[in-house]
Amino acid sequence: MSVTTLPSRSMALRQPGWIARLFDYKPFLIVMCLAPAIGLLTVFLTYPLGLGVWLAFTDTTIGQRGIYIGLENFQYLLKDPLWWNAVFYSIFYTGIATIGKFALGFWLALLLNNHFPFKSLLRAIVLLPWIVPTVLSALAFWWIYDPQFSIISYLLVDVLHIRSTNIDFLGTPWPARFSLIAANIWRGIPFVAISLLAGLQTISPSLYEAAMLDGATAWQRFRYITLPMMMPILAIVMTFSIIFTFTDFQLVYAITRGGPVNSTHLLATLAFQRGIAGGELGEGAAIAVSMIPFLVFATLFSYFGLARRKWQQGEAND
Amino acid sequence: MTDVAASPGNSNVASATPDTMSWDSRARRMVMIYLPLACFVIILLFPFYWMTVTSFKPNAELLNYKEHNPFWISSPTLAHIKHLLFNTAYPTWLKTTMLVAIGSTFLSLFASTLAAYAIERLRFRGSPYVGLGIYLAYLVPPSILFIPLATVIVQFGLFDSPLALILVYPTFLVPFCTWLLIGYFKSIPYELEECALVDGATRLQILRRITLPLAVPGLISAGIFSFTLSWNEFIYALAFIQSGANKTVPVAILTELVTGDVYQWGALMAGSLLGSLPVALFYSLFVDYYVSSLTGAVKE
Repeated sequence: MSVTTLPSRSMALRQPGWIARLFDYKPFLIVMCLAPAIGLLTVFLTYPLGLGVWLAFTDTTIGQRGIYIGLENFQYLLKDPLWWNAVFYSIFYTGIATIGKFALGFWLALLLNNHFPFKSLLRAIVLLPWIVPTVLSALAFWWIYDPQFSIISYLLVDVLHIRSTNIDFLGTPWPARFSLIAANIWRGIPFVAISLLAGLQTISPSLYEAAMLDGATAWQRFRYITLPMMMPILAIVMTFSIIFTFTDFQLVYAITRGGPVNSTHLLATLAFQRGIAGGELGEGAAIAVSMIPFLVFATLFSYFGLARRKWQQGEAND
Repeated sequence: MTDVAASPGNSNVASATPDTMSWDSRARRMVMIYLPLACFVIILLFPFYWMTVTSFKPNAELLNYKEHNPFWISSPTLAHIKHLLFNTAYPTWLKTTMLVAIGSTFLSLFASTLAAYAIERLRFRGSPYVGLGIYLAYLVPPSILFIPLATVIVQFGLFDSPLALILVYPTFLVPFCTWLLIGYFKSIPYELEECALVDGATRLQILRRITLPLAVPGLISAGIFSFTLSWNEFIYALAFIQSGANKTVPVAILTELVTGDVYQWGALMAGSLLGSLPVALFYSLFVDYYVSSLTGAVKE
């Protein structure tokens, strides 16, 4: 067998087709391999990003090419109480939801890091809110927050007799704001918990043993071992969480659509309302662009988190 | 069982440092671990339970908490699901969503496998920067892109077509998959490829015959993750699709089923349940891949 295959193989080696030779030419191969990914990202990400910034400086509407109008859109936004309202709520929403998500998520991760039966099953269940389409779980929350038939009101009024009237979750501004934050925290806990759990599992048990021999209390072990060791992963997860909470759209659009009286608009929902529903593409783009400074801030936060990790672990280890 | 076996071992240690080890006493463990865990699980699962209960309740029972216990169904019915499947375009929406999710998953897997291979294995000058650039693309949220993207889609004549979604979803799938696959390719010994090179294999043959088969777990992770993310995507589908038949499930439920002032909660919840089932099913089959890809992507 080997005798018969050998000559044919050396033939193939001697005279590879020009296509095969081309594909073995490294620079060509690199270009070919990167082309689909870079192409897709350029056409549908980089170009629209630039186009968005350009649109923010024009008065484009749907169906009509705009002309350059300088900073007029932004000047208009600065005088627009609705935009300020959206900025306030975006920051408030991100701040409170992030604190909630990380406090509860970290707690859940610490709980899951213990040994108990059915651990992997529990871990699988916990991730469920993150897997299911956000809009669909948001609909469930909308129904849970129903003014008349809310199950939470039922529990509080008819079962526990704590209140005498139903809670009006979504009818007035502040309860609506907090209801949305609660839904966001609910959705964010699994992601935070599972990512932090992965980080917790990398911490060597010998550190805890050493600390215990030195007589460290549970709180001291958490404060001086767990927290510092978790800092790098905490910084990354938090950056992602902040970016995607700040630019959140689905929850608010599904549950309140910015109401009541525009009190729960995030910048993203306001941009959609003005840009797509209202047709003022230029103005919508300006609102979207106004999110970028906040996002850059969050990314820098991540960068310094990473830099800290390098400093902690030395040059060689990354 | 492990729990029981572990506690005597710990109590031995406890005799050495008595005050710190009181932590592991049974009652304390109950209060500190199992009770909070139970609360977490109940709260995290309650919306799904509520969704399920609502979708099988007849309308009369749905809005009458005085006579029926709202937490249970006294006379379950399939009316809402039947209404959904036969009186609305729900099957079409499911089909569209499936098409979009599968299409964009394959497109992004193709693009990101090649990109990850080039960045990690073909090693050229500047390859770390290309990797970083792709990573940064992941940090650009759809919320700031959808308005300009809508104009791009209109320019391409793809408005209101599922093809637009198939082409656009890779913008957030490719960065994720590429980073995941770079991690997997890193774990494959380079010597295997060198052997193949010495034996006269071309680079593409190496990719197809050696690297890809070894990276199958990574490909599965990236694939199921992409599928889930595309299934769940909302804002692009909302902005780029107008006609009822081409809508994806999340968008269609919100825009087509929410009508008038009296919400059909039964049908809405049944729609949400059915729309969640495919990903939940998928998820239950590949739990470990999900967890590993989620944590792997974060660690990268």
